[in-house]
Amino acid sequence: MALLNVEDLTIAFPRATPVRGLSFSVNPRETVALVGESGSGKSLTALALLGLLPSGARIASGRVAFAGRDLTALKDRDLRAVRGRDIAMIFQEPMTSLNPVLTLGDQITEVVRLHQGLSRAAAKRRAVELLDLVRIPEPQRRVDEHPHQLSGGMRQRVMIAIAVACSPKLLIADEPTTALDVTIQAQVLDLLDGLRRDLDMALLLITHDLGVVAEWADRVVVMYAGRKVEEAPFAPLFAAPLHPYTRGLLNASPRLEEGHHHSLGPLLEIPGSIASAAAETGCAFAPRCPLVRAACRTRVPEPMAAADDHSVACPVTFTRESEHGLAVG
Amino acid sequence: MTSFESRLPAVASHGVDHGMDHGATDAAQSAPPPPAWTNIHAPDALRATTSDAERLAPVGRWRATRAYLRNPTAVIGLLILAVVLAAAALAPTLFPEDPLAMVDRPLQWPGQNPDYPLGTDALGRDVLAGLVHGARVSLLIGAAATLVSVVAGVLVGATSGYFGGRIDDALVKLVEVFQTIPGFILLIVTVAIAQPTIPAITLAIALVSWPAVARLVRAEFRALREKDMVMAARGLGYGHTRIILREILPNALPPVIVMASVTVATAILMESALSFMGLGDPNTISWGSMIGAGREMLRTAWYLSAIPGLAIVVTVLALNLIGDGLNDALNPRLSEGR
Repeated sequence: MALLNVEDLTIAFPRATPVRGLSFSVNPRETVALVGESGSGKSLTALALLGLLPSGARIASGRVAFAGRDLTALKDRDLRAVRGRDIAMIFQEPMTSLNPVLTLGDQITEVVRLHQGLSRAAAKRRAVELLDLVRIPEPQRRVDEHPHQLSGGMRQRVMIAIAVACSPKLLIADEPTTALDVTIQAQVLDLLDGLRRDLDMALLLITHDLGVVAEWADRVVVMYAGRKVEEAPFAPLFAAPLHPYTRGLLNASPRLEEGHHHSLGPLLEIPGSIASAAAETGCAFAPRCPLVRAACRTRVPEPMAAADDHSVACPVTFTRESEHGLAVG
Repeated sequence: MTSFESRLPAVASHGVDHGMDHGATDAAQSAPPPPAWTNIHAPDALRATTSDAERLAPVGRWRATRAYLRNPTAVIGLLILAVVLAAAALAPTLFPEDPLAMVDRPLQWPGQNPDYPLGTDALGRDVLAGLVHGARVSLLIGAAATLVSVVAGVLVGATSGYFGGRIDDALVKLVEVFQTIPGFILLIVTVAIAQPTIPAITLAIALVSWPAVARLVRAEFRALREKDMVMAARGLGYGHTRIILREILPNALPPVIVMASVTVATAILMESALSFMGLGDPNTISWGSMIGAGREMLRTAWYLSAIPGLAIVVTVLALNLIGDGLNDALNPRLSEGR
């Protein structure tokens, strides 16, 4: 049974609907990547799961079932007990997500004392353990330091320590490495992956970086303008992407063996920019799509199953692949 | 080739090495390796490295204190305040008699009689005893009024700034009501209606002072509630009270502390003004009432007004110097060594 089941989630602002009819699920101990470019609604989705939508935004329809409970129906008080204990979240900016005036120890002990009712001394010991768990050197000394004494990568490790402090079943990481140096990114993602295994967590990884997806995700959900356009396990998605947007994304990422370099020729891109989801009449990708047909501009495509675990919201590529018997299994 | 490779995102390439050159970092790794994970892609992920740059940062807890002590004017302010505080604390031992009691011939000038180094007033009361006992009243009222106005201002400002919306609208209107009335008029009217006792005067001064604190705290909270750390705190399941008191308030305190030091000075001035006009507590001596008493002899015995006036000036100046020093020390952008 899926740990997290998002069904037909629609998030609405008074004048816009940035996420429409989104469905996906996360199984226990699985890493699911939610991929999309800026403005595709992936971060908003993450906030909606925890009931942390900004003021003005609301969940217009849909269910978020976590371990059998519908989170959208919970009272604020009950939801607070879920946050941090059962579902934890890591944000993009480690530089500003820690409280600058409190020590690392204060910030870690606070969450374990709140959710697990530990004594002050036990919580302090747990804080040192947690800093050690996220591979911070000299945790005994670091526990009494302030965030400004740490580098960005170290702060993100501390954020991860706080997030996993109560052994959550699901960890949502919203662009956890975007603000970090490239050399640190792999370290932090390795750490997340290792903790996921050790602590039996599921990981919902929100990213726009296909390199991150390729290395760490089990399954990928591709979003475009607030809708899911393709969902598949990592290998078939990268080997044989179906949706024109996914294909465009993968083509736009130069591969080592093809020898692309900006000095040799222009890198491939997807023409145009992401369309506003405000006045949606057809497929949101239609204006940029190389395979667009007349029908695409009038009807919003529904996700269709190309294989058991591979769905795509594009009738054009779906039928073509099926006709030629090329559907990926 | 190396620079060429590092520019390319590693798409669908499990084998591509992520980091740059691991050789140097591996050699520097002396920490014992934690349990092996089979999934490690970056060998240096085993242990975060502590670079020298990270160690250079000064220890945070005493940074503000040291920045404050490096500022000579702020230290002078602190010393003056310490002298005034000592005088107030030692008043009952130094001058056990009632400072309102007549002790000698009236209108002796300072230095005229070694028993009364600052002279005696029109009723033959010791000016030095009055000055020392007056410090008690001035500081007591200044501190107590500031405490009340800061607590009230923080409560109102925090609620208003954090929640926003209708609560904010209502509380801002309340603050505006107080701000439309001239502060000193409100103070005089309040004291005139109530009894002129020290608690009543304290509360009246607090009533005039809290709106400024509330506005400051509200502005701080409005800016801080949008910070990532507040979202992170909400993501950990913290309630509103916990976020306000533990996450936001410590970050909003520095400007409030600075304002408090200036509010103490303003409160001392207000109390002196009230006493000068004879609206103070008639049973206690204060610097303001001493100036008021000396007013009629300003041409013949000007020292009666000048001495307590100087005490007020010096104390208020000290508090302002402290406020400036705190402002510099608590503002990380102004103080060096962040």
